[in-house]
Amino acid sequence: MTLLELEDVVLNYGKIRALHGLTLSVDAGEVVALIGANGAGKTSTMRAISGVRGLHSGRIVFDGQDVTKLRADQRLRKGMCLAPEGRGIFPGMTVQENLDMGAYTRKDREAVASDFERVFTLFPRLLERRKQFAGTMSGGEQQMLAIGRSLMSRPRLLLLDEPSMGLAPMLIKQIFSIISEINQQGTTVLVVEQNAKQALSLADRAYVLETGSIVKSGTGAALLNDPSIREAYLGVA
Amino acid sequence: MPEISELWKSVNLRERWETAPTWVRMIVSGILLAIAIYLPFLNVLPFAYIRTDLSTGGSDWSGVLTTIVIYMIVATGLNVVIGMAGLLDLGYVGFYAIGAYSLALFGSPDSPVTHWFADKFGLSEGWSVPFVACVPIAIAIALAAGVVLGAPTLRLRGDYLAIVTMGFGEIIRIISRNANGLTNGPNGITNVPTPPGPKDPDTGQPFFNPIDGYRWYWLCLAVLILLIWLVRRLEYSRVGRSWLAIREDEDAAAVMGVSGFKYKLWAFAIGAAVGAIAGLLFGSKQTFVEPTGFALNLSFLFVAMVVIGGSGNMVGALFGAFLITYLPERFRGLSDWRPFCFGVALVLVMILRPQGLIPNRRRARELEDRRLEAEEVATDD
Repeated sequence: MTLLELEDVVLNYGKIRALHGLTLSVDAGEVVALIGANGAGKTSTMRAISGVRGLHSGRIVFDGQDVTKLRADQRLRKGMCLAPEGRGIFPGMTVQENLDMGAYTRKDREAVASDFERVFTLFPRLLERRKQFAGTMSGGEQQMLAIGRSLMSRPRLLLLDEPSMGLAPMLIKQIFSIISEINQQGTTVLVVEQNAKQALSLADRAYVLETGSIVKSGTGAALLNDPSIREAYLGVA
Repeated sequence: MPEISELWKSVNLRERWETAPTWVRMIVSGILLAIAIYLPFLNVLPFAYIRTDLSTGGSDWSGVLTTIVIYMIVATGLNVVIGMAGLLDLGYVGFYAIGAYSLALFGSPDSPVTHWFADKFGLSEGWSVPFVACVPIAIAIALAAGVVLGAPTLRLRGDYLAIVTMGFGEIIRIISRNANGLTNGPNGITNVPTPPGPKDPDTGQPFFNPIDGYRWYWLCLAVLILLIWLVRRLEYSRVGRSWLAIREDEDAAAVMGVSGFKYKLWAFAIGAAVGAIAGLLFGSKQTFVEPTGFALNLSFLFVAMVVIGGSGNMVGALFGAFLITYLPERFRGLSDWRPFCFGVALVLVMILRPQGLIPNRRRARELEDRRLEAEEVATDD
């Protein structure tokens, strides 16, 4: 079943066109990766899907419903949640308060409490720093917090924007294994990454983004072995 | 300087206050309140040196206290808009003016509005709306004005919003100056009503009169305390949390399901209502309202109070209002130097304590975060 569909999405920043007619789809239960170089339009794609930026043209369908005209906060209520790239957390709130914000729209207190447990189990580091101001934490911890916070909304579709950005290799591995764990617990994941190797080995399917449009797609494994991808993104000739 | 700030840190008043038991806080609040109530009669040396009427030509002490408290109300309201929701409003004087003019237009028998009503419905000469009824009218008009200004402009961010709101402040002033048929133009409106109260049996003077200035001060103080309490409740509610999220990161807030527009509009409307209450008290105390009292300068002064005191921190905003109103009155002799001192003080605060004199702790983190973000963007490209 298709959970998310982008049809011919065009997104502009003023006069600059960031996405030139992007089309992709994500099925329920999948992990889909979107890889591309700096400036290829990865973050713009995430902004378009989550509703932070309006489209110039095109259509976004989520769970069979056209959400193109909905604002970001309305789209969250439909069941998608974005973990923004670095520093997308609330710096002046504590870790606990950040996670509370993740559960902003929820009324089911007991389930929220059990989701706190779940997040703290996935990221024990956050439990240690519970009362600390988020802005004072390291980049990696902030990244964990951004992911944990988005999980608190219990999304059906989790949008991850560069979860490995600025992290040490050890931590990257850890984050990706957590993403796969989240997926196994039933959340569909769309992840945007510069770190193509990790993303492709994790993903069921993947798209390659270049200057605002999709140039290639396939299963993660197929793209991992594609010679042109290996050359351009994996640094292996 | 560093020794003083170290000493201050070791005292750590804020933490002591937060960890103090309720009864300690109640007693301290009670003492502070008693001092505040006693202030107009302060006559014990050396404390009496804080009075502004010791030398000839000094301002009436109760009058100064009243002005301070009215501006504290303004700062409380503007702190909601700037400090809590993070919206730079440079036209706040517009709402202040709306409050004063609403009272004058509906409450004064000399205003064109009450004349029109009297003519239209054949009411007796000198008819006007009683003071108590003018208060909700003023608040309603201010709320409406806040929504009318906010709805189209709150989609703008940062500096753009500041410019539009500044224009709004000017529009209100220019209307009040030029709409002769509505506001009497530059002549202003006389006979603005005062709050009800028992008349003096000997002189027939109303309870709130210019001579017994302390009564005005007490009234304004009571209103201020009520508003502080209300705003505090709001700050720790879901609304306050939404404002905080929007202020810290508007996009992230939206992605978490916070309707930015809705809560920004709320902040604007609530700020407008509080500003109008301050303006209403001001107009009533003057018993006279005219356009030059609402110049754009006043808007900048209001913003300066909140920013110097500590944007987002209610105690800070109140302290800022106190400093900016009190110091020029106390040191009248230096009045030629006032703009100069003010400018120097602003620059110094911005360099030494950009978060304000009594900062909001969250705010300090936000500023730091924004600096780091800017650095990252700079090194990215």
